Amino acid sequence: MSEKSLSPKDESRRKLLTATAYSAAGIGAACAILPFIDSMNPSSDVQALASTEVDISSIKAGEEKKVMWRGKPVSIRRRTKAEIEEANAVDIKELRDPQTDAERVKAGKEEWLVTIEICTHLGCIPIMGQGEYKGWFCPCHGSQYDTSARIRKGPAPRNLEIPPYEFVGDTKIKIG
Amino acid sequence: MSNHLQNDLEKSLVEKSKAAKWVNDRLPIIGMLENVLLKHPYPKNLSYWWSFGSIAGIALVVQILSGLFLSMHYVANTQMAFNSVEHIMRDVNYGWLIRYIHAVGASMFFVALYAHITRGLYYGSYKAPRELLWWIGIVIFLLTMATAFVGYVLPWGQMSFWGATVITNLFSAIPVVGESIVAWLWGGYSVDNPTLNRFFSLHFLLPFLIVGVVLIHLVSLHTVGSNNPTGVQIKTKKDIIPFHPYFTIKDMVGFVAFFLIFGYFLFFYPNSLGHPDNYIPANPMVTPAHIVPEWYFLPFYAILRAVPDKLGGVLMMFGAIALLFALPFLDRSKVVSGAYRPLFKKVFYLFIINFVFLGWLGKSPAEGWYIWASRFSTFYYYAYFLVILPNLPKFEKTLPLPESIDADFQKNH
Repeated sequence: MSEKSLSPKDESRRKLLTATAYSAAGIGAACAILPFIDSMNPSSDVQALASTEVDISSIKAGEEKKVMWRGKPVSIRRRTKAEIEEANAVDIKELRDPQTDAERVKAGKEEWLVTIEICTHLGCIPIMGQGEYKGWFCPCHGSQYDTSARIRKGPAPRNLEIPPYEFVGDTKIKIG
Repeated sequence: MSNHLQNDLEKSLVEKSKAAKWVNDRLPIIGMLENVLLKHPYPKNLSYWWSFGSIAGIALVVQILSGLFLSMHYVANTQMAFNSVEHIMRDVNYGWLIRYIHAVGASMFFVALYAHITRGLYYGSYKAPRELLWWIGIVIFLLTMATAFVGYVLPWGQMSFWGATVITNLFSAIPVVGESIVAWLWGGYSVDNPTLNRFFSLHFLLPFLIVGVVLIHLVSLHTVGSNNPTGVQIKTKKDIIPFHPYFTIKDMVGFVAFFLIFGYFLFFYPNSLGHPDNYIPANPMVTPAHIVPEWYFLPFYAILRAVPDKLGGVLMMFGAIALLFALPFLDRSKVVSGAYRPLFKKVFYLFIINFVFLGWLGKSPAEGWYIWASRFSTFYYYAYFLVILPNLPKFEKTLPLPESIDADFQKNH
């Protein structure tokens, strides 16, 4: 083995080669890791359960029906005329998460309010029809929602989430 | 040997980085790791046969990683195990890839291990001062076989079930307490849910034990130093070069070749190394017509079947591995490397051919001339260790050894 010292040109060539080799290996390793990370995402059989159909004909005004969708509780609430008026009477400038009631229901189906019944604070299930605004009251940390499931008081940052859904005829909705 | 070499191309991280120095002054882990992983001296004449240790190491890492992600989806219950594996194959994102990596990876691990052991057998890596290093290696081999065996049971196919039944029944050959031991292993009166459940626990634990023993293997290696193709011990600084960059880069070449072969099986023939019967759910009422273990157990399986006696067969099979422990005492030649032993070379090559032949016999039916061939091969396997190696030095005229590793290197390069 000769003990020649490297010229600056040799050295810069070597550095480039080393950097290229490291980068190629790095990109290869990153690509190899991706499938492993993706394997922890929802699998096909879980995704296949992503939509559910619900018969809503038995729900009376002022009542809700709870169904499970993607492992979460979804509330389908048939609101009374008074509750709808109350929701529309609010000045949305006062709201923490400003949204009109019309934005939270389907046009012509204002009676029906469909929400994911999970408090946007830390994930507890709020109780329907309770609290100052007669919408929802969360027993965990006292968040209060109105009859449009908008946050009015307490620590929660956002309104109850509306899942994607559509009416399939007059008495059925499809969530997801 | 304490002559850690300064890598002549790169400065130590402790010298380059203030943060590294700060940590190292308080916890000397950076300097320690640099000495172990980068600066440790190795003989400069190591061939690619010396890459299989690192390759086995990377294969172990691949198995642990892929296994970890499989365990997130697998269910260790007789009612659900088979279906959960199919769920991994069909539903889990890239589940097919991860499972095939794990299944093919097990075979690749054994390829690397067998190559590594073959290297040791040929170049006399089991001789003084490396006896303990060799024994620790055999412990790794045994642990790996145990891990592979319990892992193969987990998919709960026909081969899983009947493999588990046959192998655990080996212990029933033990006089008096055999039956109780088997019931204890099973947690019942047949291979069933308790067995599957505990095999899963063990399959998760054993790889980490292997990692621990591998670290001990490395400590021992770094104490006695690497063997080399001449078998001559390191004498001066002229004989050695630091691990990094010389052997890191050489090992990388080995890794690339290894992963090319790995990828060939993984992407084109992922099931060719397994048995199709394992895609039939386990059925305790029907034994498959031809029950064979995975390829890496076949030579030992052939030895088991060669003996027409239950206890005798079991003893001969385990004895075949126990002999490896005795090897440092059985080979009496003063010359370490087989490269300088003309007679040894011949019996060694015959031993390797014989071992492969035993493997082939292990997957052939146990009838007719196969049985006699198995007996003959088993006899040679034992004779190699017990008769030939102890007596060979009496007849053998060994070739002259080089004065030093450097002298040999200068002559050949």
